[in-house]
Amino acid sequence: MSVDLSQFHQIFFEESFEGLDVMESELLEMDLDDVNEETVNTIFRAAHSIKGGAGTFGFMPISEFTHVVETLLDEIRSGQRTMQANFIDLFLQSVDCLRGMLSDMQGGNEPEAERPAQLRKEFEVILNMAAAPIEDEDPSTAGDGQGWLIKMSPHRDLLLTGNEPFRMFRELRDIVGDDCLEVTSYCDDIPDFSSLTPEECFLKWDLKVTKTVPLEDIKAVFEWVEDECDLEYLSLDNTSDTEPSDADNHIEEASSAASTESVAEVEPTSVEATEIKATEVKAEKSAKPVKKQAESSSIRVSIDKVDSLINMVGELVITQSMLGELGSNFDLGRLAKLQEGLSQLEQNTRELQESVMKIRMMPISFAFSRFPRLVRDLGNQLDKKVNLVTLGEQTELDKTVMEKISDPLVHLVRNSMDHGLETTPDRIAAGKKEEGTITLNAYHQGGNIVIEVADDGAGLNEEKILRKAVEKKLVPEKNNLSPEEIHQLVFLPGFSTADAVSDISGRGVGMDVVRKNIQALNGTIEVRSQRHKGSTFIIRLPLTLAILDGQLVQVCNETYIFPLVSIVESIQISRSSLNRVTAGQYVMQLRDEYIPIVCLDQVFGLREADDSSENLMLVVVEGDTEKIGIVVDDLLGQQQVVIKSLEQNYKKVSGISGATILGDGTVALIIDISSIDKKLVPVKNNSHRPERAA
Amino acid sequence: MAEVAAESLVVEGHLADEQQYLTFIMSGEEYGVDILAVQEIRGWEAPTLIPNSPPFIRGVINLRGTIVPIMDLRLRFGLTEADYTATTVVIILKFDSDKGERVLGIVVDAVSDVYTIADTEARKPPELTEDENSDFIKGLVNVSEKMVILLDVEQLLDLHLQVLSEQVITD
Repeated sequence: MSVDLSQFHQIFFEESFEGLDVMESELLEMDLDDVNEETVNTIFRAAHSIKGGAGTFGFMPISEFTHVVETLLDEIRSGQRTMQANFIDLFLQSVDCLRGMLSDMQGGNEPEAERPAQLRKEFEVILNMAAAPIEDEDPSTAGDGQGWLIKMSPHRDLLLTGNEPFRMFRELRDIVGDDCLEVTSYCDDIPDFSSLTPEECFLKWDLKVTKTVPLEDIKAVFEWVEDECDLEYLSLDNTSDTEPSDADNHIEEASSAASTESVAEVEPTSVEATEIKATEVKAEKSAKPVKKQAESSSIRVSIDKVDSLINMVGELVITQSMLGELGSNFDLGRLAKLQEGLSQLEQNTRELQESVMKIRMMPISFAFSRFPRLVRDLGNQLDKKVNLVTLGEQTELDKTVMEKISDPLVHLVRNSMDHGLETTPDRIAAGKKEEGTITLNAYHQGGNIVIEVADDGAGLNEEKILRKAVEKKLVPEKNNLSPEEIHQLVFLPGFSTADAVSDISGRGVGMDVVRKNIQALNGTIEVRSQRHKGSTFIIRLPLTLAILDGQLVQVCNETYIFPLVSIVESIQISRSSLNRVTAGQYVMQLRDEYIPIVCLDQVFGLREADDSSENLMLVVVEGDTEKIGIVVDDLLGQQQVVIKSLEQNYKKVSGISGATILGDGTVALIIDISSIDKKLVPVKNNSHRPERAA
Repeated sequence: MAEVAAESLVVEGHLADEQQYLTFIMSGEEYGVDILAVQEIRGWEAPTLIPNSPPFIRGVINLRGTIVPIMDLRLRFGLTEADYTATTVVIILKFDSDKGERVLGIVVDAVSDVYTIADTEARKPPELTEDENSDFIKGLVNVSEKMVILLDVEQLLDLHLQVLSEQVITD
């Protein structure tokens, strides 16, 4: 039997990252004046499991480093020390450091050694400062003199937790050598036979080590049972002679009394242990080529969701067999039954689809959780007092969307802190609260998720923005832009009003990138701002990337799909309402604006311009910068479509964002509005559009 | 001696340098592709057009949920366009690329046969013209007095992508 531990590495990394997140958020919430014991415990537990896992998988740098962190935490937990502000900083740095080490290891690289070593030193300085008077056996100072007496009194459930004392004794013996370990066992607590249970441990031991060994080595043996045993380490200098009895006899006796099972188990377990070691070595060797594995991500799904899926699949199978039976001997009299079966099938399928989609949904708190830290660090850096409020953290959205929205959100929050919020003196001068507030809010609206990043800072300075925009020739000098339109200018490429470029923001690659990222997710972003009151960035995103609400249209007998979100309206117009601007470019007046008109059949090279029909069907869509009218032949229905990749086997097609499969099994292409928008440009400048290669 | 040994090996199984080829007909010529690259053979069905694609890309079809592009190999090779008839078939080829498995359907006149051909039997194609199409000809081989043109599937799929990306640039 050989266990390939590397298959668990991914799980270990995920759990460790989760543990680090827990540590981080608990640390940030910690109130120094009133340190909650449970908080410290939570942090300790997280650190402890990372250490344990790392040890099991042989990630020694991590387990060694975590050990120091844990030691300090343990002292705080046991009340030997009080939490201090510099501890929190140190812990936070360790969290960062561990995160870096873990991702290095996940990528199959050696983790950097410098930073952990540095932090370790800091920890050791702290640890050495005060610990000595309380613990008389401080490993660095207490004498390794004559040996040790270890009094071990296990709790009754020791065996239940899978720990085997004799293995530890054996390990200890391996460390100190055969002659230097004496084990005395106390059988006083063993109850009479009738109430004896083999799963409980009634024994106590004294272990006498008559050799100079560092206490740490001994402690390491018992590391796993610290919580399940009362352990006492006494230096032999202080203790008087304990009776050196025939240890082996005692052990023999003890084991037969406690459980015969455990003895039988000893051998196989130790074999397993060595095998694990062997595979560990293998895993380390193969770590390098496994790099790709790091990219494959996974999600944790609650068992409820899986159960409901299984239920639905069960129903689906029933419906299928019912329909199958119906199909094998069908007559018209059973038509009603067939229809009933089909509608049941439809319902099952829809439910199944919804449930499967739900699996990918995660609460947005995963994305929000990084912000308290960010705001704290940035606040210190900028010397601004900031209060972060997060609302709607349980709002769920697709995991992929969440991953892709994180960076834009970080950018927006940084931006709000740097540019949005005034400096503390300015705030006081403006009669505002000294502490600025940044609000992150998420909620569902229709089929979308809306994320707002709001600050109560100075708001956008319209004059400054306009001046800058004119300066950079982004808008003509003479314009009559409304304040709202001016606000949207911040999303133009190469726009930044920051007077000084800081390392936080102000390089002008910012808002346009944010907007591009959000548009890539089929989302939109807008800004609302009020002078001296603050500004709010509003992001709207589809709940999932896998499904799209689409409007089916027909052009030259081909079916195309418009994303429903981008459609403003669909109208029928007469050809005479079009005005020709240049040879190939038409515009139309729609209420108070002129919108450019694109014929989909020409853009896609389906046929030459056809001027015969008088009535045109026009779909007005919101493009990158402006509205465009797209001429199609006919509007078909609206339906949800599953997005399939066209690039997987083909390549990116300009004007097309993907493909889907319609009810009849044929493929329909999904229109990419923003690239249609860009296609306008050659048409505008050049009436001779490149012909489709014939 | 050597021949005897080789023959006995053939009986046991394929020689290391021996491959099975699926052959098909286009404009009267017989072409062969490595049978291991063939996923399946389908009848012709009208695909969905891809806007602004080269003419030999007929479009995409739904192959059990996967979007698969269909290339008319006859047009790709500059042969006269043949009709889509009852025997017109689509051979679905798959190929591992660095971006994962790629699937492509090629349209041919008809499927012909399966031959086992040793690599040594195949002759290098004579240096013909500068025609890019000759790049994906792996070799020529005689099978019972007929010439079969062996195609390199990887090159075929690769070139198909190359040509496409070039087109994007010239666009």
